[in-house]
Amino acid sequence: MPPVTTANRAPGPFRLTEEHEMLRDAVRVLADERVAPRAAAIDQTAEFPEDLRSLLADHDILALPFPEEHGGLGGELLSVCLAVEQLSRACATTGLILAVQELGSLPITIGGSAEQQARWFPKLASGEQLIAFALTEAEAGSDVAAARTRAVRDGEDYVIDGAKRFISHGSVADLLVVFAVTDPEAERHRRLSAFVLEVPTDGFAVTRIEHKMGLRGSPTAELAFDKVRVPAANLLGAEGDGFDIAMRTLDRSRPGIAAQAVGIAQGALEVATAYARDRKQFGQRIGDFQMIGAMLADMDAGTEAARQLLYKACVEIDAGAPDASRWSALCKLVAGDNAMRVTTDAVQVLGGYGYIDEFPVERMMRDAKITQLYEGTQQIQRLVIARALLGKGG
Amino acid sequence: MRIVVLTKPVPDPASGGERLGADGRLDRTNSPAVVNGNDEYVLEKALKLVEAAGEGEVILLTMAPATAPETMRKALAMGATRGVLVTDPPIGGSCTVATTRILAAALKTLEFDLVLAGVDTSDGGAGVVAPGVAALAGLPYLSYAASIEPDAAAGKVRVNRITPSGYDVLEAPMPALISGTQALGEPRYPSLKGIMAARNKEITTLTLADLGIDAGTVGTAGATTKVVDSRAPEPRAATRVVREEPDEAARQVVALLAERRLI
Repeated sequence: MPPVTTANRAPGPFRLTEEHEMLRDAVRVLADERVAPRAAAIDQTAEFPEDLRSLLADHDILALPFPEEHGGLGGELLSVCLAVEQLSRACATTGLILAVQELGSLPITIGGSAEQQARWFPKLASGEQLIAFALTEAEAGSDVAAARTRAVRDGEDYVIDGAKRFISHGSVADLLVVFAVTDPEAERHRRLSAFVLEVPTDGFAVTRIEHKMGLRGSPTAELAFDKVRVPAANLLGAEGDGFDIAMRTLDRSRPGIAAQAVGIAQGALEVATAYARDRKQFGQRIGDFQMIGAMLADMDAGTEAARQLLYKACVEIDAGAPDASRWSALCKLVAGDNAMRVTTDAVQVLGGYGYIDEFPVERMMRDAKITQLYEGTQQIQRLVIARALLGKGG
Repeated sequence: MRIVVLTKPVPDPASGGERLGADGRLDRTNSPAVVNGNDEYVLEKALKLVEAAGEGEVILLTMAPATAPETMRKALAMGATRGVLVTDPPIGGSCTVATTRILAAALKTLEFDLVLAGVDTSDGGAGVVAPGVAALAGLPYLSYAASIEPDAAAGKVRVNRITPSGYDVLEAPMPALISGTQALGEPRYPSLKGIMAARNKEITTLTLADLGIDAGTVGTAGATTKVVDSRAPEPRAATRVVREEPDEAARQVVALLAERRLI
């Protein structure tokens, strides 16, 4: 009998497989043809792009992070990040639709039972429903364990009271993973529990949509919970597991933000390169001036370095590396800082044209800033890395 | 409806890296391999026929180096059911006659209603493998198809064959082998679902021993023809690009053509 190979070669550390390249290219074509032409209007109107959410759903892009048995495509982290990168290269707001869908579903992947996954994943995979991750509060940003939103057991339900702030997709999501204190007396990291809240529901309100510097089409909401009842069956894991679920979620979701950052940087590099090729001053292409050429070279070097670190981090995290926290912090730190630097330099290469909305680089520069702030500031990433180096200590 | 599609990985014509090595064989190291363009047109048709039939499978049959699965995955992502790869180091350097024998032998291991092939390949370009396989496998051969209409109930297939002045309508009993052209329609982009599904599709590997072929009769050793030299066409003069508003651009292009007495 001839040998049969069904082996799906493990992603190599230094080269994408043919399937990964196909997936990347398929998303890139879609992003170039359908997403890029909408990016400026999404930024100007600051309206959530429902049409692009449908586009991502119709092309199974939102299905990528979910298991096949629940209607997903079973993509590993690298596949999800390749898609986020290509979407963000055209429009960071659109890239975030996929990144937040993954962020919101990770607590269910990590802490949810098989039954809970079967209940919520199919509609998330099809894109019929969106999910948001409600952890941050006005007074609990980097200090997650300082959250004050309470959940109190009452019969078959929990009753949630409190408020959340800076919740991406908080106003457009159908499901919210809400982190609330179930035991204020417990040890700091055992106070929180995670619940899946189906909205709208009584006592739940969106109290504000933030006016943001960038990522303007992505609604960032303030949410209020006034005696909101959530069935005990919607608790993820056990009481007190919330902090651990949140931290393990961020270990896997930060690469999505790094992918967004790499995509934004790549988009800005491409605009700057095309401009430096076309724009003539003093009788020659400005790219042929060494000062401009060197800027482009540095932008490319930084972006490629961030990309390779991201891909490596994805593979390590998927392989179950014990230092997953370090890998995810490393790639977000490097990619976020690179995106800010590269988009700023792209504006510089375009000169006055870079500062006006005739070109997309000013938008990309504003969008890039958020990648240094959310899912842990760059300072928190450094803290995570330093702790991994030094050991947690006493 | 079971359809075998002959697919060949070729150097990407878009890469411009296609070169012959010192031994007169194609140096494949300089450019990435892609599925031969004409094979994609017939694959698209095969997928449509199986979809229309509501059942069946599309099997890729490829003779290529051991790295071919990378290229075959794209065809699997488009929707082909599975792949069969004939690969064995002694096959390298095979002439069209040996290629024909190997593919005909591999076809004998498969069950099918139709075999589809592109009219030629962008690297070899001989265009004789498909008719050769049909002859050796004892299959009716219908060439230059612009349309393919099987009638499963009657066990027949009808093909519009492109001719210099229009087309002929040919009919043959199935199974038959058909070479197709780009007139069959644009190949689809693989969908994400297709790409992810392709990762777990089966590619069966066959060797010369599996096919009962003596290694000495194929490859460089058994080649009936040999490439002794190759030359690239002289580079053409620099292209002139006219970048003006449409009316002005048209005026300049017409003036240029008139100046060269081309119109």
